[in-house]
Amino acid sequence: MFVKIEVNNKLIKARKGETIMSALESNGIMIPSICAMKDFTPTGACRMCVVEIEGKQGLVPSCSEPVNEWMKIKTHSPRVIRSRKTIVELLLSNHPDDCLYCDRNGSCELQGLAEDLNVRERRIVGKKNKYKLDHSSPAIVRDPAKCILCGRCVRMCDERLAVFTLDFINRGNSTIIGTACNKDLNFSNCISCGQCIMVCPTGALFEKDCLPEVEDALHNSDKNVIIQYDPSVGVALAEEFGLKPGKDISGLIHAALRKIGFDKVFDTSFAADLVTTELSHQLVARKKQKVKKPLLSSCCPAWIKFAEQSCTDILSDISSCKSPQQMLGAVIKTVYPGISGFDPGSIFSVAVTPCTAKKFEAQREEMTKKGLSDIDAVLTTRQLARLIKLYGIDMSQVEPEIADEPYGVRSSSGKLFGCAGGMTESVMRTLPWAAGGKDPEPSRIAELRGIKGKKEAVLKIGKTSYKFAVISGLANALPVLETIRAGTCDYDFIEIMACAGGCINGGGQPIGADENVVKARMKALYGLDEKEIIRLAQKNPKICELYDDFLGGPLSEKSRDVLHTTYSVRKVLL
Amino acid sequence: MDERTSAILAKYPRGHRDCLIPILQDIQEFFGYLSEASLVEVGRYLDLPAGKIFGLATFYNQFRFEPAGRYHIRLCHGTSCHVSESARIIRELEKILGIRPGQTSRDGMFSMELVACMGACHLAPLIQVNEVHHTSIKPEDLKDIIDSYIHGEEE
Ligand code: SF4
Ligand code: FES
Repeated sequence: MFVKIEVNNKLIKARKGETIMSALESNGIMIPSICAMKDFTPTGACRMCVVEIEGKQGLVPSCSEPVNEWMKIKTHSPRVIRSRKTIVELLLSNHPDDCLYCDRNGSCELQGLAEDLNVRERRIVGKKNKYKLDHSSPAIVRDPAKCILCGRCVRMCDERLAVFTLDFINRGNSTIIGTACNKDLNFSNCISCGQCIMVCPTGALFEKDCLPEVEDALHNSDKNVIIQYDPSVGVALAEEFGLKPGKDISGLIHAALRKIGFDKVFDTSFAADLVTTELSHQLVARKKQKVKKPLLSSCCPAWIKFAEQSCTDILSDISSCKSPQQMLGAVIKTVYPGISGFDPGSIFSVAVTPCTAKKFEAQREEMTKKGLSDIDAVLTTRQLARLIKLYGIDMSQVEPEIADEPYGVRSSSGKLFGCAGGMTESVMRTLPWAAGGKDPEPSRIAELRGIKGKKEAVLKIGKTSYKFAVISGLANALPVLETIRAGTCDYDFIEIMACAGGCINGGGQPIGADENVVKARMKALYGLDEKEIIRLAQKNPKICELYDDFLGGPLSEKSRDVLHTTYSVRKVLL
Repeated sequence: MDERTSAILAKYPRGHRDCLIPILQDIQEFFGYLSEASLVEVGRYLDLPAGKIFGLATFYNQFRFEPAGRYHIRLCHGTSCHVSESARIIRELEKILGIRPGQTSRDGMFSMELVACMGACHLAPLIQVNEVHHTSIKPEDLKDIIDSYIHGEEE
């Protein structure tokens, strides 16, 4: 159903029930906004998006007002522009003048608005915000002085993640954003997923920096600096260099990392193959033991922290497999010295991930053995881009190279882990073999693709059938977790990813991606799979070698020692 | 779980979020403040995250999150006190005690609370220390008033 509205003296068509803002956008009229978020309930808090409507006294926020037949709207009248400009000026009046040193310099929406609205002098002078930086979390830094109280982080955390870490505290001009009892983030129930960073318009939320440690290691001749990168990094990094989203530049990444000075470049997808193999054997064993409850995935560290806080009754149903990053980290420190001759203590192991929670995961107690951490530093996709720029590498002139052996070799199943559902698809290709049968011909499992919050699939092996569910966007997990508690859940395996769409949309990815960008990244990963020769984890020759030469076999004592971990109840303010 | 908190909660139906404010008021009335533990317990009872309860409770001036001091000072900033410059009284007391309304001094001796009107407008501006009223005061008087309580304790 369409209605006609008049905008700036021209008739345009709008869908009945849509907001003024969305009607304007589909007609090529851009309205500035701050608090509005696509697919979230509008709050109408910031008033940045106001328009003039004939017959209405005040200006009206277009993000929350629905269109009406024959509405007469002015979107850029002097009154409207003055009002928008004043809002930006007020927001700037108490904002720290810190742009040059700010993490978000260049990608800050407040900077963008000031530029678009031609704010070029300081008309309103206010007292500058002064709050202390919250550095307590290993993953996320909060700088409340830069917060403009748009509430986007609060809604993200509440509506998508159902973690409820952040809220408005106090009232009026003493309002701030904070955690329960205004504790530091590390003492809160924050799961470090970083989705709040992705929606914050300013530098009030950003990830922990560890570039200096990495640089130090690179310049230390006693260190063997090894780096691994996640499949989701390979298909997103291009965006940081102004290329079209959805391009896999893994080959260029290998070359760039070598130019920077990393001694070895490995692919986390190798360890994803390892996860697939271990996990498939766990599933087969569980089926044999006739366990009624589903096995839950363990690759997402944000979900794991959530479970340790809020699902303590089902911790024993979470797979003991470490995440790919940690598995490869452990293999690099325990197995690789025997192959490379590197002293384990000389290895500095870096992981590049699309995720902020991986920073948290890397420093978990369980991930350090005999004083050696599986992983020494975790960089996000954004931080890798910074490192490449820091070393003056012109990505347009780099020639693609291949990753190092042995852990640069991977099946294309390993690459799929970046998308929610990819892990399950990979396991479904390996399960028949793990159950003692033949390898299947890998085919596209359409039910498991796409960005839906819940997906399902069934695999039949002989007379046994396995039922799978894939959840992404942690809030979508709550109903399923309830069915587990009630004993009515009939899945054999549930893949749970905190971020909507999976790692590909993680909190460490390039800022400003919309749904189309996320889809393009996914398409790139699935595209890799179609072109590949080795498409099954168990067919990865280096995985076979690792089992034959060192681990013995899946779920062997050695495997359990190196590749598996434990979880424990975490006390936080809930 | 604290039995006294449970007793308060038991007066309200489990899971009824609309009872949140009355519950918080009861808890504050009984304990004098809302502790971290009590926020968590209320949250469990009403199925609300502690962070959301804290956010809501800090919106209102009436809730405190620290136990009151041995001398709890209530400062009126109702209309009459306001026109009699209670704002200066508040500022001066903040300076003397080094705390702000809602807070308790580190030695646990004094705490401050702003109240809307104590119904003694003809005696404005006034403060109440525990049960004692100090009326028609000037900012300069505060030092002596506070000192009298400190000396009282020393004796
Ligand atoms: S921290 Fe960022 S996203 Fe959250 S309210 Fe402040 S400005 Fe908005
Ligand atoms: S974007 Fe409409 S009120 Fe904030």
